[in-house]
Amino acid sequence: MAVVSDQPTIDLREPGGWRRSKNQIATVLMYVAFVIILIPLGLVIFEVIAKGAKAISWQFLTNSTIPPNVMPLGQGGMGAAVVGTLEITAFAAVIAVPLGILGAVYINEYGGGGKSWLSGLISFMSNVMVGVPSIVMGLFIFTVWVIPHGLTGLSGFAGSLALACLMLPLVIRSTYEMLRLVPDHLREASYALGATKSRVTLTVVLPSAISGIVSGSLLAIARAAGETAPLLFTIGLVESTNSNLFSGPTTALPSQIFSNALSPYVGAEERAWGAALTLIVIAFILLFVARIFTARFTRYAR
Amino acid sequence: MEQPEQKIKLTMPETSTEAAGKQDDGFAGASVFEARNVSCYYSAFRAVTDVSLTIYEHEITAFIGPSGCGKTTVLRTLNRMNDLVVGARVEGEIFYRGASLYERSVSPIAVRRRIGMVFQKPNPFPKSIYDNIAYGPRINGIRSKGRLDEIVERSLRQAALWDEVKDRLNKSALGMSGGQQQRLCIARTLSVEPDVILMDEPCSALDPIATGKIEDLMHEIKSRYTIVIVTHNMQQATRVSDRTAFYSVLRDDKSDTRTGVLVEYGRTQQIFEDPHDTRTQAYVTGRVG
Repeated sequence: MAVVSDQPTIDLREPGGWRRSKNQIATVLMYVAFVIILIPLGLVIFEVIAKGAKAISWQFLTNSTIPPNVMPLGQGGMGAAVVGTLEITAFAAVIAVPLGILGAVYINEYGGGGKSWLSGLISFMSNVMVGVPSIVMGLFIFTVWVIPHGLTGLSGFAGSLALACLMLPLVIRSTYEMLRLVPDHLREASYALGATKSRVTLTVVLPSAISGIVSGSLLAIARAAGETAPLLFTIGLVESTNSNLFSGPTTALPSQIFSNALSPYVGAEERAWGAALTLIVIAFILLFVARIFTARFTRYAR
Repeated sequence: MEQPEQKIKLTMPETSTEAAGKQDDGFAGASVFEARNVSCYYSAFRAVTDVSLTIYEHEITAFIGPSGCGKTTVLRTLNRMNDLVVGARVEGEIFYRGASLYERSVSPIAVRRRIGMVFQKPNPFPKSIYDNIAYGPRINGIRSKGRLDEIVERSLRQAALWDEVKDRLNKSALGMSGGQQQRLCIARTLSVEPDVILMDEPCSALDPIATGKIEDLMHEIKSRYTIVIVTHNMQQATRVSDRTAFYSVLRDDKSDTRTGVLVEYGRTQQIFEDPHDTRTQAYVTGRVG
């Protein structure tokens, strides 16, 4: 490097010594932590794919008769459980997502972000409910819905109710966080044009937060789809498809994983792995859809 | 300076039938706002104390003063924007064209439809340029595409933005420059044909060229609108305004509280060239604040 001026040269090289070493140590620690995080995640997916892949076939996904435990793989399929999971989860979403979004809108837009007593109560209760074990949701619906209805109490609808209880606080929390991120100056711009509060909420606040709300809700749905405990007491366990959500016991993938994995027979265990892989793929599809939504709705947000 | 101003005033329609304001200098139009002993509170804090002033039709009124003197607070009470702030409260009376603004029966929605506002930071919606302008008319019930097209074009032309954006009306408003975004916000305000436009330091985030464009724009639209502008820039006040209100901070050492007060209000030329109050003189000559 040519020195143009006659000033003393300044040393701009990276400083050595302890400071530099600390930086290098920190960098190495970050990478190590990253690898450690990847190990359990990778192992779970690797195990499920390795053991479940051979069970997967069109027949496995669609055949509506779940064979008895003693039967080897290749007989019947998990169609009944796939239908059950999709129906129960979808109906739970129909109940919980609109309610959760409205609840969050109430807390943030109408209740001053938890300042009024009612919004403070909803906010506090939804925080508490996030931490409630999922089996408690199952027991709750078992007590208030299944038992009063006697023999007809076990149904997909009861399962949906339990899953909705589980999803509701998740949807409220994630939506609330998204609404909080909508800058106040956008609300003010709308108010200054003479908009009413409901107008501001519908035309400015919700559209600005929609991508986060959608992805938060889909994450809650994916989480609920994989829950076993709330379904144990609510949907029963059957071996053939019951597509009527409101009548009679039904089955779902997590329930089938649970019951098949407990069985000592090779065929049942293989079916459990196959069902686990199916469930992971369903969750993955939901997350993928969430990503597409996020990308699509942030078109104007830059 | 006086001559062209008088000409503009003389060609104005005479609208002093209702609530004829106090005649000032012989050339004032009807009074649009009349504030009487207005004090504003944020919970227990008294931000502004005892402001009385009259704002006249088709004039540009500037609010100047050091930070914390309450000029923005006063501006935001004029279209009840401060209702949105939890704990904000107004004492005293403000009349808008003869009607008391803080009467129980008055709807802030109806007030804001007539009294628009442009904010310090350009705040376009994360929507297309077209949808930004059409937003106001839409919430007021206009659905016809032809009518909306018309309003969008008129508003953008009034804001001197049409030629720059007419080919990309469906592009995101967030892709525009800061100055364009602020003119878009002005166009959005104009789209609902308000009576008054309140501007809260509209140029503080903009470079001098963009600022000049907005000042030109204000001059162009003032024949149809009444404008109140808060500004930190005293040159801007002298360039654009007809009247200037100088606010200052009053400190009470005993209770260690401070509050904003209106020190002096009058013709801009008088405020800057012949201020009556020593505090005004110190501020406009740059010795304080």
